[in-house]
Amino acid sequence: MLSKKLSTTSWQDRLFDLVVYVAITIVTIATLYPFLNVLAISFNDSTDSIKGGITIFPRVFTFKNYETIFAFSGLMTGLKISILRTVIGTILGLISASMLAFTLSRVDFQARKFVSTFLALTMYVSGGLIPFYILIKNLDMMGTFAVYVLPSLVSAFNVFIIRSFIDGLPYALQESAKLDGANDFTIYWRIILPLTKPALATIALFLAVGQWNAWFDTYLYNGSKDSLTTLQYELMKVIQSTTTNADSFRGRNMTQVMAQISPESVKMAITIVVTVPILIVYPFLQRYFVKGMTLGSVKS
Amino acid sequence: MKAITKKNQLEPKPTAARFWPIFSQQKYLYMMAMPFVVWAFVFSYLPLWGWTMAFQKYKPGKSFFEQKWVGLQYFRELFHDEQFYNALRNTLAMSIMGLLAGFIIPIVFAVLLNELRLQTLKRFVQTVSYLPHFVSWVVAAGIITKMLSTDNGAVNDLLMSLHLISEPIQFMAKGNFFWGIVTASDVWKETGWNTIIYLAAISGIGPELYEAARVDGASRLQQVRNITLPGIRTTIIILLIISIGHLISIGFEKQFLLGNNLVRDYSQTLDLYALNYGLGMGRFSFGTAINIFNSVVSVFLLLLANGIFKKITKESII
Repeated sequence: MLSKKLSTTSWQDRLFDLVVYVAITIVTIATLYPFLNVLAISFNDSTDSIKGGITIFPRVFTFKNYETIFAFSGLMTGLKISILRTVIGTILGLISASMLAFTLSRVDFQARKFVSTFLALTMYVSGGLIPFYILIKNLDMMGTFAVYVLPSLVSAFNVFIIRSFIDGLPYALQESAKLDGANDFTIYWRIILPLTKPALATIALFLAVGQWNAWFDTYLYNGSKDSLTTLQYELMKVIQSTTTNADSFRGRNMTQVMAQISPESVKMAITIVVTVPILIVYPFLQRYFVKGMTLGSVKS
Repeated sequence: MKAITKKNQLEPKPTAARFWPIFSQQKYLYMMAMPFVVWAFVFSYLPLWGWTMAFQKYKPGKSFFEQKWVGLQYFRELFHDEQFYNALRNTLAMSIMGLLAGFIIPIVFAVLLNELRLQTLKRFVQTVSYLPHFVSWVVAAGIITKMLSTDNGAVNDLLMSLHLISEPIQFMAKGNFFWGIVTASDVWKETGWNTIIYLAAISGIGPELYEAARVDGASRLQQVRNITLPGIRTTIIILLIISIGHLISIGFEKQFLLGNNLVRDYSQTLDLYALNYGLGMGRFSFGTAINIFNSVVSVFLLLLANGIFKKITKESII
């Protein structure tokens, strides 16, 4: 659109264009290449990989690396727990954030100011790692599934994003529902929830990515419980095993043994297994998260 | 991008006498909000109570009243520990480097993206640039370690083939590289994502400004300097102030995952220090003292940033 209007382009503008295209190309390659490289190695024969020189295509194609990791039971447990915590954590997080957002959007709610301030402060106050650890311990939540979902249930930031969305809906909808005899909970469930879908989709993506990518809570609270470890944690152990010479190792399950023998290709295959679920949802949700991110940043 | 405003400013403040009637009317609202007030109390405010641990010789299993009070002993110990100053130095160094790079590069990238005339290419590059944001730091650290490794790492291979170096550099084993690696990793992971907000701000600039500049014969670079950058000035300032507020709370995730024993002197942040010496060794009181120090400095920086912000824009972010 711009270029058509300019019949003559000065040499400065041509140079400018050249710089832009070169810079953009370098950034794109630097971002994408590592992923393609990891993907290629994960499909390459592991003894052949050691020779090096694999770029973005496998040299000796094989599924063997994937067969190796899926044959190992720790991975299936990890996959199961990761999926469970993502699904449950996202659903509970969405319900609580939207429910709170709804009450805070009601200007007539008499505890609104109190709840709002109480919640906003949580964004700034934090006891730090150790008091939190002791709290979890005192609540007897060590070694439970709940530790993945409960402590991170509500994020004030998400609540405020949804609230600003609800604020944009006409209040008349709620008033007419009230005249028809609906109570506040029905209004939330039947009217507000369906209308806030775009905001909820954004928050769902944030929550799901956060849950799927979390590893530290497993490390801290559930590291010695094999039945509750997550995929990210398993990957963390495998990757850490080489960088730290296995000396700061925790946990004693199969991963450890595997980590010590696992060649590069197997490691890359685990990386791909951990990454792929995100890549699948990503294109579908892209239009939502760009919108939500913009809205959220403007508000904050 | 229009800011959403409140539409109905109603209802005078209820007096005490009117509290209970309204309460019963709004019982559903209360039922929907109160569980989360309890939640916030337990998971956000109770840990603050845990700060008392820093002033006690905390022993797990004993009740609060059975603990022995020791006053500022652990803080004195902290300020006499060489590791503490090391961790503080690393925290500040990495957060300042991260702040500068993480602040400037997304702006540059947004301007570059905006100058791409091919819309399909622009969308492709944008989609690619968000990608690393969505993978975990575990995955990112694995990929980065692989790229920087001495055997067949892409970076070393590239440098070798360009004849810039004669033998592979051990990036992950040299302490003086660590701050740079963490900063670069962060840039690689978050630049695309942080660009979104600037692109939105740029798209809010009126096209007639560019039109007029072109009529006046302004070059593309002059347009960037005189229209695009001033046009996103407010956004830049707001984001800068917010990131200053987060300056010291850089956490430990990247440092934990990318670090190793060889680079420990450069990788240990305050949070990692609390993790290693507080939790790892069971010295809960000492670790809590580190956490408190960290929080106090964070709040100080936030207030400072807010003060600067107020001066510039007459608004408050808190």
